[in-house]
Amino acid sequence: MIPTKFEYAKPSSLDEAFALLAEHGPDAKLLAGGHSLIPMMKLRLAEPEMLIDLAGIPGLTGITVRDGRVSIGAMTKHATLAASEELRQHAPVLFEAANALGDPQVRNRGTIGGALANGDPGCDYAAVMLALDATFTVAGKGGTREEAASSFMVGMFETTLSPEEVLVGVSFAAAPASAYVKYAHPASGYPLVGAAVVLSMNGDAISEARVGVTGVGDHAFRAGSVEKALAGVRPSDRTALEGACAGSAAGVDVRSEPAAGAGYRSAMCDVYVSRAVLAATRG
Amino acid sequence: MPVDVGPRAGPHPVPVTLTINGMRHDLTIEPRVTLLDALREYANLPGTKKGCDQGTCGACTVLVNGRRIDSCLTLAIMHTGARITTIEGLADGDRLHPMQAAFLEHDGFQCGYCTPGQILSAVALLAEKRPLDDASIREFMSGNICRCGAYKNIVDAVAAAGKQNV
Ligand SMILES: Cc1cc2nc3c(=O)[nH]c(=O)nc-3n(C[C@H](O)[C@H](O)[C@H](O)COP(=O)(O)OP(=O)(O)OC[C@H]3O[C@@H](n4cnc5c(N)ncnc54)[C@H](O)[C@@H]3O)c2cc1C
Ligand code: FES
Ligand code: FES
Repeated sequence: MIPTKFEYAKPSSLDEAFALLAEHGPDAKLLAGGHSLIPMMKLRLAEPEMLIDLAGIPGLTGITVRDGRVSIGAMTKHATLAASEELRQHAPVLFEAANALGDPQVRNRGTIGGALANGDPGCDYAAVMLALDATFTVAGKGGTREEAASSFMVGMFETTLSPEEVLVGVSFAAAPASAYVKYAHPASGYPLVGAAVVLSMNGDAISEARVGVTGVGDHAFRAGSVEKALAGVRPSDRTALEGACAGSAAGVDVRSEPAAGAGYRSAMCDVYVSRAVLAATRG
Repeated sequence: MPVDVGPRAGPHPVPVTLTINGMRHDLTIEPRVTLLDALREYANLPGTKKGCDQGTCGACTVLVNGRRIDSCLTLAIMHTGARITTIEGLADGDRLHPMQAAFLEHDGFQCGYCTPGQILSAVALLAEKRPLDDASIREFMSGNICRCGAYKNIVDAVAAAGKQNV
């Protein structure tokens, strides 16, 4: 049961949503799948007076692949991503993350936009978007802006979205050599470590790597030193691969909790990053 | 010119029409009422259970337009016009749904509290055409927790009902 009463609206256009957001200011909240927001409302961690359901606005769902670029609407459900043959082919890293997220019921309601806008430090997609070097499209009353995934995430439950903006979608270049590998918390299913890797190969050696990590710090990050060290490495050379992936969480304020202390988590971060690199080479 | 913001409802009780197990239910509820509470407290259908009320246990699983969801994490007002199926809607009169019969046959429960959610989830698993080996059944039933630990028999029941289906 949700302890605080609220008004519910289901606008049929972005302009209607912006008008409602302007009218209610900080007392309004956007509602997507509700799978982060409704639990927070039950715990009084969010107490909106106006809930604006995005489900009635056309054009916010679906996966499009055109000229080597993949675009995904913010209201696309995890289950849709997890079942997409196109994604499996063009961005296995996102396909695998969608399949590893939550459980079947959660995947049938939660959305990619809600997950990214929420800014949870354990958001699986956050690492994936960094590795894909994705662009986020954000709409506001004054127009639309584009932002790089890398600057969008700023802290724990903190993004650069203003309360009056709507995340409408994400896009990225197709990345067939990519993978997501997750060490899930045994009870919650959220990542203790989630590693997303996108590779460019030159024969059997890596020419360029992008590595995104989630679950480890306050928010997802790119493992820059590992990316540099991976250049030129043949993943089949285990010693070279593990050497390049060492220290993947260096410089990060690593989270500590009963299921995984900071030292253990840092060690697992190296292990899961190297596994993700290996997995990405099969693409 | 102010923009027309479309229909809005609440915070007071408002009319919400739900179609549950093929029957129309005209309820008067606040927007904050979850689908789970609407079923149990307003539509007189207490078969759907409340375990955690936080989306983690699956006791509240129902089908909405044939897809399994946690009814505790969604508002009733979001589902006007949808086809909702609960455990009360599975049997055909006295004839049990094959999944219900399989749970009985294989002892897929102890206390029975998680069972309505397990059965609805299993019905969806078959509709989703998931592989029927034990590992896959366990993975695709992972949204349903059984506090009694009847997992072994639940997996057997799902596999048996699945094989019967094809
Ligand atoms: C049992 C359970 C297990 C889970 N496991 C995982 C997991 O393993 N990994 C993982 O990453 N996540 C997990 N989640 C979270 C899940 O992915 C949520 O679906 C997601 O975080 C929120 O998406 P939503 O569509 O439900 O958003 P909502 O809950 O509706 O919204 C979340 C927040 O984002 C805002 N918002 C939503 N959409 C937009 C938009 N388009 N523009 C601007 N703001 C917006 C809302 O106002 C709200 O503040 C789990 C959730 C549950 C309940
Ligand atoms: S009561 Fe809904 S998932 Fe536990
Ligand atoms: S039978 Fe008791 S919780 Fe599953």
